[in-house]
Amino acid sequence: MNPATVQELIWAGVLVALAAFWPMMSNGYWLGIGVDVMMYTALATSWMLFSGPTHYISLASAAFFGVGGFVVGSGMSDYDASFWSMLALSAVIGGVLAALIGLATLRLSGVYFVIFTLGLAEMIRNLVSWVQNNFLGSRGLYVLTEFTDAHLYWMLLVTAGCVYLLGWIISRSRLGFALRIIGGDETVARHVGINTAMAKVILFTTTGVFGAIVGAIIAPRWSYIEPNQVFSPQLSFFVVIMALLGGSGRLWGPVVGVIPFLLIWNWVDSNFPNQSILVLGVAFLVIVYFLPHGFVGRIEQLRARARGR
Amino acid sequence: MYRRSLFGLAAALAVAGTSLFAQDMIKIGAIAPKTGPLAGGAVVTQWPNVRLWVEEVNARGGLDVGGEMKMLELIEYDDKTNPGEHIKLAQRLATQDKVDFVVAPYGTGFNIATAPIYGKFGYPMIAVSAITDKMEELTTRYPNLFFTLGTTTAFVDGVKEILIEQRDAGEIGNEIAMVNVADAFGIELADRARELFGEAGFDIVYDKSYPLGTPDLSPVMKGAKESGAKAFVAWSYPPDSFGLAEQAIIEDLDVKLYYSAVATSFPAFKGAYGNKINNVLGAGGTNVDNPAIAAYRKAHMDITGKVADYWASANTYASLQILEQAIVGAATLDREVVTQYIKDNSFETVMGELSFTNNFSNTFWSVGQWQDGVFRGVKGSNVIGAVPVRAKTGWSD
Repeated sequence: MNPATVQELIWAGVLVALAAFWPMMSNGYWLGIGVDVMMYTALATSWMLFSGPTHYISLASAAFFGVGGFVVGSGMSDYDASFWSMLALSAVIGGVLAALIGLATLRLSGVYFVIFTLGLAEMIRNLVSWVQNNFLGSRGLYVLTEFTDAHLYWMLLVTAGCVYLLGWIISRSRLGFALRIIGGDETVARHVGINTAMAKVILFTTTGVFGAIVGAIIAPRWSYIEPNQVFSPQLSFFVVIMALLGGSGRLWGPVVGVIPFLLIWNWVDSNFPNQSILVLGVAFLVIVYFLPHGFVGRIEQLRARARGR
Repeated sequence: MYRRSLFGLAAALAVAGTSLFAQDMIKIGAIAPKTGPLAGGAVVTQWPNVRLWVEEVNARGGLDVGGEMKMLELIEYDDKTNPGEHIKLAQRLATQDKVDFVVAPYGTGFNIATAPIYGKFGYPMIAVSAITDKMEELTTRYPNLFFTLGTTTAFVDGVKEILIEQRDAGEIGNEIAMVNVADAFGIELADRARELFGEAGFDIVYDKSYPLGTPDLSPVMKGAKESGAKAFVAWSYPPDSFGLAEQAIIEDLDVKLYYSAVATSFPAFKGAYGNKINNVLGAGGTNVDNPAIAAYRKAHMDITGKVADYWASANTYASLQILEQAIVGAATLDREVVTQYIKDNSFETVMGELSFTNNFSNTFWSVGQWQDGVFRGVKGSNVIGAVPVRAKTGWSD
């Protein structure tokens, strides 16, 4: 992953400003797609913050997303808390959880880490159900608010913008430099005196915070929270596929992965409703065979070729 | 040139075709799971009834809307048991497909999640597979949402009444073994049951939960057996209602009263365990001796090739009959008028005469029992034909 440039930040700012007008231009269905695009953009970009430079493939997105949704559901339903206070609390809980998990597991590498993060969402789902069952009790977790899709869209847009800005700052900082070295060769990084564990934990924590925030913002859209739905493992795979499709070389990679993926997914879903899951498999094959560095890699390759001429 | 004109002809035909269709068709949208955790329930209770209703109406020549016969056109999607997916598809039905009416979703959460969208477009939603204690708050918030299958409290109350009767009859004592699936619905019911059973003087000597989808229920059942309670109550979901019965048979659970919640009323439940589950109690129930129900069950079998379940199948069909009668009665496809018609009138359905007070229909079965191969209603609200409860006597064939 290369350090981001000032030019990139300006472009990102322009894009965010333009994207803010989407709810004024689209009707229910397309606005709904917009909410999906923003949700996955935020999730995939925050995934990229950690996995891009370090090359650790994390399937934990659903775990943090679920925690966010569950905290909002439980707080608003059982304790009459406000949405905003629960949004803040879910960010804190998501962060603490990610830090604890990071401390315990970032020594794992390669496939062990992947498998662990996949099991994580399932573990947290069971833990949450157990706590709710034994200590909280429940009359169903209702999240009834006055938010419309447009409100949620803007909240997600702001979140995605914040993720990008944070990623931009990190990638130009000493921390970002350290992470790139870790991604290149962790042993070398350790030998040159980088506290690799600390660097990884910090980044994993930001992923946890943003995952939980996105889950919390989506909760009012679902209105009724069931643990086995907010902790769906499919979400983790979606995030990884979209991020890789975009390319992990640049911070803006996920954006160019999320949009085409969701458009194709929705088109297939409405025309061949029983075959949509195939898209996931085909996307994976396309990444492996044709776009090993995602759209970003292809775009930069073409750019370099054009410059070479 | 030839190719182009042919193309033009085809396009013209297509345009003519759609506009022709649009005039005498009523578009009905239906979204429910065909895959995912809730698919098992939806393919038994929801989908066959939607198809049965559409086929029956079209076989009759359609619906009479103000003197014009209109056929039904069904547009169906799979929500994959995913709320995000469902919301998106609901928006699609409303703004892209522009359906005239919708079939309410399957599952409590899905009905609540789509109520704002369908409400915005004025669709009446006659929810069936949705049970909650928040009815008043929800129907005030979403005046287009109707409930027909009862409340959480009503379900626990039905079981409580049976427990009290059996205690008075000397079949069971004060001890109850209770288990629940640790998921929204199971936790909610168990929570309410602790309160209501306690008030009635019962002692829950064994109180255990297990995670949704757990493959091994044998420790749960062993614990229930060791407690020595003569009454066993499980607030369970489809996969585990089956698993619990299987373990009860293996452990030869010595109880006089055995209750498991959702899916006990499925024909497959008896298919799996035969007469071993005789006198098992479960959520739901129906009155198969009622001629209307009997005719409905026969039509269900003839057209879909499946036996209707002994609970929400009839309610689901009844909800579609209400929609049908409201469209015909209001003599328009104007959704606001049809919604108001549903609120103001009563309807002749397979469940008897149904009407709504504050968007809530108070006619439903809450507890049923397998009696000699048929799952009969034993407790309910405003229903006729409840049979007396029998004590469970062993698990042999």
